[in-house]
Amino acid sequence: MSSMNTSSLTQEMLVRMFAAGKRFDGRKLLEMRDFTIEYNVSNKAEGSARVKLGKTEVVVGVKMEVAAPYPDSLDKGNLMVSGDLLPLASPRFESGPPKFNAIELPRLVDRMIRESHVIDLHKLIIKEGEKVWTVIIDVYPINDDGNLIDAAGLATIAALMNTYIPNLDEAGRIDHESKSTKKLPLTEGTVPLSFTFFKLGDSLIVDPTREEEEACEGKINWGISNWKGKEHMLHSCQKGLEIPLTREEIEFMMQTLPKLYDDTLKKLKKFLK
Amino acid sequence: MVVFKRLDGRKSEEMRPITAKVGIIPNADGSAMFSFGKTIAIAAVYGPRLLHPQHMQDPQSAVLRVNYDLLSFSVSDRKKPGPSRRSQEISKVTSWALTPALDLKEFPNTVVDVQIYILQADASTRVAGINAASMALAHAGIPMKNLVCAVAIGKLDKELVVDVDKNEEDFKEGEAATDFPIAKLANSNSYTLLQMDGNIQPNVVSKAIALADKACEKIYEVQKKALKEVVESQ
Repeated sequence: MSSMNTSSLTQEMLVRMFAAGKRFDGRKLLEMRDFTIEYNVSNKAEGSARVKLGKTEVVVGVKMEVAAPYPDSLDKGNLMVSGDLLPLASPRFESGPPKFNAIELPRLVDRMIRESHVIDLHKLIIKEGEKVWTVIIDVYPINDDGNLIDAAGLATIAALMNTYIPNLDEAGRIDHESKSTKKLPLTEGTVPLSFTFFKLGDSLIVDPTREEEEACEGKINWGISNWKGKEHMLHSCQKGLEIPLTREEIEFMMQTLPKLYDDTLKKLKKFLK
Repeated sequence: MVVFKRLDGRKSEEMRPITAKVGIIPNADGSAMFSFGKTIAIAAVYGPRLLHPQHMQDPQSAVLRVNYDLLSFSVSDRKKPGPSRRSQEISKVTSWALTPALDLKEFPNTVVDVQIYILQADASTRVAGINAASMALAHAGIPMKNLVCAVAIGKLDKELVVDVDKNEEDFKEGEAATDFPIAKLANSNSYTLLQMDGNIQPNVVSKAIALADKACEKIYEVQKKALKEVVESQ
């Protein structure tokens, strides 16, 4: 229902180029754009990061709150992921109640983080059965040049790795004035990342620019980690758009995902503090 | 390897008893019920009918509009009525799962409404809803290239199982529980819904899909039989 669709000329051109293994910016079909990561987007956040993936830019902030545990998980802290597609980031985003894409983005990040168990929620209990920490991750695109979700995945894990649990005062309230040195407990060796394959014609590509993304007819998002440093493990998946995928395409992704993950993790590690 | 025991005694590849019935809502243009064991989904189709407001119309095709939700009393803790982020997401992926089976070009500027509700939830609700909706669309006489069949593959620790129930969804040992709902056009190589939560190695995915293929063949037969029954009774 986008009001700014890619022209069919561009789409036809891209079908032909992808079939020949080419892209406008010279990348290979399964090549991610270079990315950079900065920290401390806001010193009021308990953790934050800014990712620039090509011209796509996403900021993620983590806030920690004291709350009651959920009745069905009294022995765990809580995790919430939210965010919005602010009209700041693209002429295509509108204000008002969240549309589907704005609902989907934080839900995909949520599933990847939650299912990988990268945050050790069991260590976030303040008083058993009564008070726990709630980790709130907020995802905001600043500039949308395609593939917001994978950029959001990178920014989220970077922000979590630099999140500190605030100190509590004697009354049990958060003391925002004193500096905490207590890091958010993460599962050693597990780094979940998001990779989304986009389909146009018979080709699969990753990390599309906005123009490529709008021309594509199908997509599928995967959350994958090096589970506890042991092996590649998928944690989440969601196919999007109306074009079906074939068994061969799914198998192709399963063969290529581990290398994509390893290469991206290597680049990510350069930015980790 | 030790033979894996499912809590309800099913074999790994065994689905719960499946029932399907077409023509359950007289007001609807098409309707159906589909159940996996204790999970019961009902679906109604209204349309094609003129789409309002006008700016939402597509001059080249009917628009498929899907609404999936749990009835408030279908789950242990009462579900607050009205759309949640979860139900909005499932509505959308269900619409994507069904669209490739439909030929909507004959009905420009119209909408085909698919309403899916869960009466009783014991996991696998979205796939039960897709199976019901697929039959309801056929019952409504919407031109279709194929039926859509859906099943949730599970992985409990390292064992793949077909048609997960709620007990299995809550499995916590070893590699814990993975829920992998899959939909496809019947007897084809076209997968129209893939979602997953949990822990599954990339090289296990094709095994899960092969299990879904087998289960979907059985589901397809049940769907066809239910559709035939309603045609023959008319």
